[in-house]
Amino acid sequence: MKQFRILAPTAILGYGFPVGSFQRGLELEPHLIAVDGGSTDPGPYYLGSGKPFTDRAAVKRDLRYMLVEGVRRGIPVIIGTAGGSGAAPHLAWCRDIVTELAHEEGLTFRLGIIPADVATETVVEAFRQNRLTPLEGVPGIDETAIRACTHIVAQMGTEPFAAALDLGCQVILAGRAYDPAVFAAMPIMQGYPAGLAIHMGKILECAAIAAEPGSGADAAVGILREDRFELVPLNPERRFTRRSTAAHSLYEKSDPLRLPGPGGLLNLTACRFEASGDGRITVQGSVYEPAAKKVKLEGAQPLGFRTVCIAGVRDPIMIDGIQSILSELRQRVDGMLAEAGIAGKVWFHLYGANGVMGSREPARSQPAHELGIVIEAVADTQAQADTICSMTRSTLLHYGYPGRIATAGNLAFPFSPSDLSTGACYGFVLCHLMDYREDMFPVETVEIGGSR
Amino acid sequence: MKKIREIASVVRSKNAGPFQLTLDILFDRETDYRAVKERGMITPAQIRSMYSLTPDEPVRIVYFDPALAVKIVLPRRTPAGNPGDTDVYGAQQHGPLLSLEFDL
Repeated sequence: MKQFRILAPTAILGYGFPVGSFQRGLELEPHLIAVDGGSTDPGPYYLGSGKPFTDRAAVKRDLRYMLVEGVRRGIPVIIGTAGGSGAAPHLAWCRDIVTELAHEEGLTFRLGIIPADVATETVVEAFRQNRLTPLEGVPGIDETAIRACTHIVAQMGTEPFAAALDLGCQVILAGRAYDPAVFAAMPIMQGYPAGLAIHMGKILECAAIAAEPGSGADAAVGILREDRFELVPLNPERRFTRRSTAAHSLYEKSDPLRLPGPGGLLNLTACRFEASGDGRITVQGSVYEPAAKKVKLEGAQPLGFRTVCIAGVRDPIMIDGIQSILSELRQRVDGMLAEAGIAGKVWFHLYGANGVMGSREPARSQPAHELGIVIEAVADTQAQADTICSMTRSTLLHYGYPGRIATAGNLAFPFSPSDLSTGACYGFVLCHLMDYREDMFPVETVEIGGSR
Repeated sequence: MKKIREIASVVRSKNAGPFQLTLDILFDRETDYRAVKERGMITPAQIRSMYSLTPDEPVRIVYFDPALAVKIVLPRRTPAGNPGDTDVYGAQQHGPLLSLEFDL
């Protein structure tokens, strides 16, 4: 029976992989080397600011192995969600690394570039015509918020990758993509069932995370057949197990049985996971149900500038009264800011009380022997955020709370300077579905020459 | 009564997109999983009280047989990474679940 083998070197481009695992993957003669570089997990800052969340040297290291071996052996190399968020600046950043490597290694190949940016006006028009559907739990938006998004991207499905492969691209570098698309596009073109191809892509996009012990920094191979697929670990330390593989299907999903993607739904209701020896797992029964073609939009808007201050409290009297002290302090600072004509907001992250869970923390009456306080100040300008943070910090430092006997200062600062200006901060706005249009993800081809 | 750590090998939390939180419990044995599922031993009311949900905050409980797993989906009060958020990845919101006990 024919089969299609895919080498997934790492969970996110730049997370790394042991060279031995990569080599064992190559020995299985893959038809494709693919990796997805992105996630919204690190928060809105990266999409909003256009900055990558992975390190340049680490991305270059991973790409060097992939490009050198892929080009030399004629194996297509596909990279999705370049630079972590997959907007124009992220794609340009990653393209620069690819070009640099090609020159350093003397590689010659046809490069396909697929941007994923969507024009603001296109989104505004769709919003006005009620053609944006929020995903579950996404709050309402307005036109102002859409216009404020610094970059808007759409998750591409498999079609743009198929188009680039048809154009003879040896290496494909794409903006924001549906994670499994980089893996599923080529086998779907060759007639393999979409359900199995996409489900295999869903697991391979995290490489060895679905193995036991899991790792985001190790490689795995997937072998797709017409009626099943098999996951192969490439490191003797790891095995795929029924549990680890099935558990992975749950990961970061709100419904483990029906996984929506661009153009259809992956239905895992009838899915079976069986051990097939040597730490391998065989998966059957994943079904693809085509639906109206939609793309998921992502966009983040600037929400001001942030300054933070980290401090500790070890005084038991202050710890006992901390909630009322902070609410009195808040009133006092609000008054001072109003007087100075500065608008902004302050949050207290109280480690040792509810720093991690905030208002959802059920443990209310277990005071710690010390508390960490992070003051977070956000305002329209960095200077204003600095002022708010400074005012809050100095007021708290010398605040004469009831019962105080330590009159020299209320806070232990680990650092000088105590206040850190962290720059712009952002918030996700768009997490919506919009109609897919065929001209949304145009492929640009570039001949990369090999002068050393 | 059995403590959750005696019958579950994985208890975790994570974002499901920037606006939702998902809690996963993976049981070790099929018999425990079946009992918990069939007897409805994890209730929305229990989760509501554990996570201080307001009446208008939805909670969903989904079972996934292939992984002997139950998934609980909650809304986030602050979107991931917005000013004032406390856990950008949502990876440390599972703690209260470790106090669950089951009559098995």
